[in-house]
Amino acid sequence: MDYVIEMLNIRKEFPGIVANDNINLQVKKGEIHALLGENGAGKSTLMNVLFGLYQPERGEIRVRGEKVNITDPNVANALGIGMVHQHFMLVDTFTVTENIVLGSEPKKAGTVNLKHAEDQVRELSERYGLNVDPKAKIRDISVGMQQRVEILKTLYRGAEILIFDEPTAVLTPQEIKELIDIMQSLVKEGKSIILITHKLKEIMEVCDRCTVIRKGQGIGTVDVSETNPTELASLMVGRDVSFSTEKTKAEPKETYLSIKDLRVKDVRGVEMVKGLNLEVRAGEIVGIAGVDGNGQSELIEAITGLRRSESGTIRLHDKEITNLTPRKVTQSGVSHIPQDRHKFGLVLDFPIGENMVLQSYHQKPYSKKGVMNFKNIYQKAKNLIAEYDVRTPDAYTPARALSGGNQQKAIIGREVDRSPDLIIAAQPTRGLDVGAIEFIHKKLIEERDKGRAVLLLSFELDEIMNLSDRIAVMFDGQIIADVQPEETNEQKLGLLMAGNSTQKAGEQ
Amino acid sequence: MFSNRLFNILVPIISVLLGLISGAIIMLIFGYNPIAGFAALWNGAFGDAYFFGETIRQVTPYILSGLAVAFALRSGLLNIGVEGQVFMGWLASVWIGISFELPMILHLPLAILAAAIAGAFWGFIPGLLKAKLGVHEVIVTIMMNYIALYLSNSIVRNLLSDGADRTENVAATASLQSNWLAEMTFYSRIHYGFIVALLMALVMWFIINRTTTGFELRSVGFNQHASKYAGMNVSKNIILAMVISGAFAGLAGAMEGLGTFGFMSIKSGFTNIGFDGIAVALLGANTAFGVILAAFLFGILKIGALNMPTAAGVPTELVEIIIALIIFFVASSYMIRWVILRFKKEGK
Repeated sequence: MDYVIEMLNIRKEFPGIVANDNINLQVKKGEIHALLGENGAGKSTLMNVLFGLYQPERGEIRVRGEKVNITDPNVANALGIGMVHQHFMLVDTFTVTENIVLGSEPKKAGTVNLKHAEDQVRELSERYGLNVDPKAKIRDISVGMQQRVEILKTLYRGAEILIFDEPTAVLTPQEIKELIDIMQSLVKEGKSIILITHKLKEIMEVCDRCTVIRKGQGIGTVDVSETNPTELASLMVGRDVSFSTEKTKAEPKETYLSIKDLRVKDVRGVEMVKGLNLEVRAGEIVGIAGVDGNGQSELIEAITGLRRSESGTIRLHDKEITNLTPRKVTQSGVSHIPQDRHKFGLVLDFPIGENMVLQSYHQKPYSKKGVMNFKNIYQKAKNLIAEYDVRTPDAYTPARALSGGNQQKAIIGREVDRSPDLIIAAQPTRGLDVGAIEFIHKKLIEERDKGRAVLLLSFELDEIMNLSDRIAVMFDGQIIADVQPEETNEQKLGLLMAGNSTQKAGEQ
Repeated sequence: MFSNRLFNILVPIISVLLGLISGAIIMLIFGYNPIAGFAALWNGAFGDAYFFGETIRQVTPYILSGLAVAFALRSGLLNIGVEGQVFMGWLASVWIGISFELPMILHLPLAILAAAIAGAFWGFIPGLLKAKLGVHEVIVTIMMNYIALYLSNSIVRNLLSDGADRTENVAATASLQSNWLAEMTFYSRIHYGFIVALLMALVMWFIINRTTTGFELRSVGFNQHASKYAGMNVSKNIILAMVISGAFAGLAGAMEGLGTFGFMSIKSGFTNIGFDGIAVALLGANTAFGVILAAFLFGILKIGALNMPTAAGVPTELVEIIIALIIFFVASSYMIRWVILRFKKEGK
């Protein structure tokens, strides 16, 4: 069998840690090969070695059977290795073609010959079914389209082996489907693909083989046709993982949160929430499904007091909490697991212990008459750290030094511990690995069972489907559908999220 | 990995050493003996009781202006306006000092308090503009420095004197000067102000590290979004940080007005107490204790330098260059940090 890429016994060390140890990755020509591992397992390091950004301490790399020494990304490009980055590297105000030729502009008498490049881009786009307009400006096209421009960039440079770094993280369900079609047409044309991901469903759907890395160690390579998600997950995590979170049927009681005719503007003054109505009852998880940018962030900021509501009312029990300060909202019994944990959830330069009292530092027993009582604070922090399994050397470690999963566990511990009536969880598992996701889902269901109201915002349909007792689909600043998870599926939800009415989605 | 604490100690020390070494090299290039030069510097600061008294006198306002800058920086604000706040404090303390006849137990605290309030007010304005309108504090405070300079000149000439260049001396009941201390140090201008300065360092440490206010200020300094999310009033904290910072600066002015000089005169330019405070705070890693040490270093360099031309023939300008070099190396602490890490890595 011919391998187009072979990475043999790769070892890469950083001061204090071994990021890759004894990893083997062999990619056949024309296959889609998954690279699976938890966050921090060493996937990116391995790919950066292949792309020439890092030099391995040991091991060898062969491309098409020949031993190579990839000293920098230009060498990788010359060998036909292209990377589709997770964070796009595009110039917003340039056209598609201009972005694609950037760095290797075709010159004609000292000027850039865009005409020729445009034809090439169009030809490539048609050949692989990418459907990209070479003359469109980047800022005018969708995120999914921008990703295709990134793909075109590598193809234009003659890539035979494409590395996709978590490509679906930013896409809607429909766009993911289209991306999968594109990947399949790429391999049909003889390209090989390495797909970095921790989403098992995608691997099962699109990949031929899968190499698993755990804690920097190569665990092995399996044929996707001979495995199943459960096995892959336990290979990745090193223990058995349950996916469909076990939960009993919800027993919703009285209404805790009720929102009427809410209107909210964003920073630019554009109305993002346009007369929204929503209720969340005690003992249920309501999931808000929707494509990013339909007013979800503004809705949550309005509830939590971080953004002014223009009109309408937000009530918690019978008490109106519209436009109260964040502190008053918190004290009325609302907890908020924020979407961006680095920006809002934590003061990263504070010790994790002090982050545990970020809202309650001014109350007894954490302070008295304005003087902090650090003994009590750290006592509390230690308890929470133990209870929520936050892995940290100690409570005095800066929050910045913790992994994303542990930071999130700390936030959840802090928010849940206040015994709130309403928990707002905005993308609570974004960027986390299977183990942490499992833990967080379990906690949210536990809180629901204690009779709390949970409002969940997520862009992961799996998470919405798994956790929610009721799904509210948000589109263009309004809740346009209220569906039961057992009565719908991802396709129907996807259509609703794109703004189609319930009826139309039902007909599909 | 190096701990942050070790870094915070190591980086200033290395900066100072590099500054001194570069100073020695420059002295050599210009044909002076660096050993004689530094010996003169040392003797100029500690050579006898008079020099020592003068050094302490110089250190006193540096501690306070350093605290002012450090306090604002801990809250995420760059208070370039300490200079202007020093002027306002100086003016207010002298005004009270010459205008009342009160027993010392009332007069002196009143004059000191007036200085703190005047400085605080001068910090309040940029704080308010920053908090409510988002105007950058650096621009406002720079402008406020000029307003303070010319406003105080005008007040000294037209209100506190009859067109003279200086005010009369403050009443003995409002003075920080001490015959006892002066006699002990061959009549240097040392005064009781250093007690105020050390006390204020303690106050800063307490506020920043031990109170809920300090917790909020530091939190706002690190991350305004998270602070808002946590229910803190970000605007209030920005204003408060500038007010407290300004109060420290105002006290630095009182040290000059009630201690060193005992009057206020018309100034042709800035005193540099406030601007040097920026360097003191940076060198002291924005901690109260660090500021005290850094203020001592600056005081020693400033006073010791006066002895270098006479004792070793080295011009004072050179000392200014050495101080500038130290500041340069502190400001480029990132570079030093990088070099340390580099060595550490290779050593492994």
